[in-house]
Amino acid sequence: MNFFWDLFLGGLTRGSIYALLALGYTMVYGILQLINFAHGEIYMIGAFSALIVASILTMQGLTGLSVLILATIATVLYAAAYGFTVEKIAYKPLRQSSRLSPLISAIGMSIFLQNYVMLAQTSDFLPFPNLLPQSNFLDSISSVIGPSDFIIIVTSAAVMSALTLLLKFTKMGKAMRATAQDQTMAMLTGVNVNRVISRTFIIGSALAAIGGILIASHVGRINFYIGFNAGIKAFTAAVLGGIGSVPGAVLGGLVLGLAESFGTGYISSDYESVFAFALLILILIFKPDGILGRSSQQKV
Amino acid sequence: MKYACELKQSTYIALWFILLTFPIMVVKVNTIENIIVWRWINIVGVGVGAFVLSFFWQLYLRKKMTSQQTAPEKVSILNRLIENPKIYRPALFIVGIFALIFPAVFSHYQVNVMTTALIYVMLGLGLNIEVGLAGLLDLGYVAFYAVGAYSYALLNYHFGLGFWMLLPVGALLAAFFGILVGFPVLRLRGDYLAIVTLAFAEILRLVLENWNTFSFGPSGISNIPRPGFFGINLTPEQSAIYMYFLLIALCGLTIFVTYRLQHSRIGRAWVALREDELACQATGIDKTKAKLTAFALGAMWAGMAGVLFAAKTTFINPASFTFMESAMILSIVVLGGMGSIPGIILAALAITLLPEYLRVFSDYRMILFGAALIIIMVFRPGGLLADRRKQYKFHQPDAKEKR
Repeated sequence: MNFFWDLFLGGLTRGSIYALLALGYTMVYGILQLINFAHGEIYMIGAFSALIVASILTMQGLTGLSVLILATIATVLYAAAYGFTVEKIAYKPLRQSSRLSPLISAIGMSIFLQNYVMLAQTSDFLPFPNLLPQSNFLDSISSVIGPSDFIIIVTSAAVMSALTLLLKFTKMGKAMRATAQDQTMAMLTGVNVNRVISRTFIIGSALAAIGGILIASHVGRINFYIGFNAGIKAFTAAVLGGIGSVPGAVLGGLVLGLAESFGTGYISSDYESVFAFALLILILIFKPDGILGRSSQQKV
Repeated sequence: MKYACELKQSTYIALWFILLTFPIMVVKVNTIENIIVWRWINIVGVGVGAFVLSFFWQLYLRKKMTSQQTAPEKVSILNRLIENPKIYRPALFIVGIFALIFPAVFSHYQVNVMTTALIYVMLGLGLNIEVGLAGLLDLGYVAFYAVGAYSYALLNYHFGLGFWMLLPVGALLAAFFGILVGFPVLRLRGDYLAIVTLAFAEILRLVLENWNTFSFGPSGISNIPRPGFFGINLTPEQSAIYMYFLLIALCGLTIFVTYRLQHSRIGRAWVALREDELACQATGIDKTKAKLTAFALGAMWAGMAGVLFAAKTTFINPASFTFMESAMILSIVVLGGMGSIPGIILAALAITLLPEYLRVFSDYRMILFGAALIIIMVFRPGGLLADRRKQYKFHQPDAKEKR
């Protein structure tokens, strides 16, 4: 039973990170019908800038929670700026062209950002300091749940609830949902579509940056290539839940994380990703629009 | 001043980029010794680079916008050149002569590079059947390539079968795998299909990597024999040249077959499927059959290319069949212009040869490649040589003949 609980928690932790990243994919897809391959790279850049800012702050003599808060704010702003810029360069000029052209420019952007970080920083693995806070409360529950697991699950849940509220109850969220439903109609009712798209990228990138800090603290090391695998998994999670749907992305992330965790625990640890992908194929055979995706009626 | 607006904009953009790249470009932390290195000089580079690039970027983007408004149906110069028989016939002749004398003129290394490029031509044309013609976005094309390569390596290792025996076997096995992938994805559309094909490719790669008793794991299979030449022993140089001519011949076959397919009944069915699935079914095209043949025929070329790849490098391991490879082949198809055979050949040669000749910039070649993908897509979203549908003319009997 204890083994089961460990696997369950491990899967939940992993799943929350996938969900945070999958939200970025699903939001962009919902509005632009575009697979943003550079999203994983934003997450990687988030982890790198968190490392840099945190190191500078620690060398200035700051410790503990203040480092975490300042580094998080800086990283979120910074990653959001990257998301904004990436959209302006690689996707905006291509908005009128066929659906595959932005996909290729996204792949190009992904290669570009990876190599940019590799050249400007390093191609080796860097040790990442554990920024997550320690406290008596966390120590007291550490027999049930690891402190970093606890923080990751709670933080992701909080961030995702905030996003849901934002989309449901603010004017900006309403504009986003309207643009996702019908871009032309939203434009006619006075929604500034360009601004909505920019904001979508900013929010998605901020979520990716938070994911980057959490996972880098948890794993303890980063390099320029971490974004790639995380990106593919998160995209898988988004499709699994039904791409374009926000609760679907969260559910997809959690299902994917749990499947990987139980698969490695009970069957074989060599085939971690195989379980995730096999589950994806199985689910899509029986539900071609993902778990929570709406089956769109085809019309001529 | 004519460009005042652009210059002002570029200044702002340069400042934005300095801010944006500051932590990554300027600061370098050494977390072990707790040292920060500040590389201030990089600011100047980023600033000047961003200024110049954004200036030209805006200039060209504006030019593109205005030209789109004034002449929407303009055919590009490259397209016009290639459609003019007076130009393309001699050009084809020159290219043919060049291909024949290539090994005699250039070094062993160049011949090897060219052979690799020709393998990519085959892969690009094969994927073109799936993506360009049938509109099935396949992000896991490399799986079929791997099936071909591994079927040659393993069947040769276990049963000692030769290259010529296994070339069709590899192609058939890949085609079979294509149908296997095709069946579950029949109901899926667009991006769901893309992620499922990607999932299949990743599963295959991970299995090859971990199932040591079957595929020898990450260390791969070495000492794969080169193709035989009527039982004569060839030196490595000679067999490289032999490989080159083999690929020229097979590429010629690929071009011929894909060209004929494109203008055949099934080819037109694929295009109809790409344009509108529902309308295509309404005209009486069997959707299942069309999709599965597209998968099988596309996969077949990848399988053949895989056999050739294994025979050329004499060593394969799962690291050659990552997602990046699929992305590379897909960029060949999209850069060339979907469905356009000359465009894809051009793009395949460009994409494989450019990084090779960019080795001078060794570290920078991948970053330049990424930038080139973005720039080409922004300024030529239809690809280098966009495909134009064959136009059938209605010949009216001449007025004189009537009389």
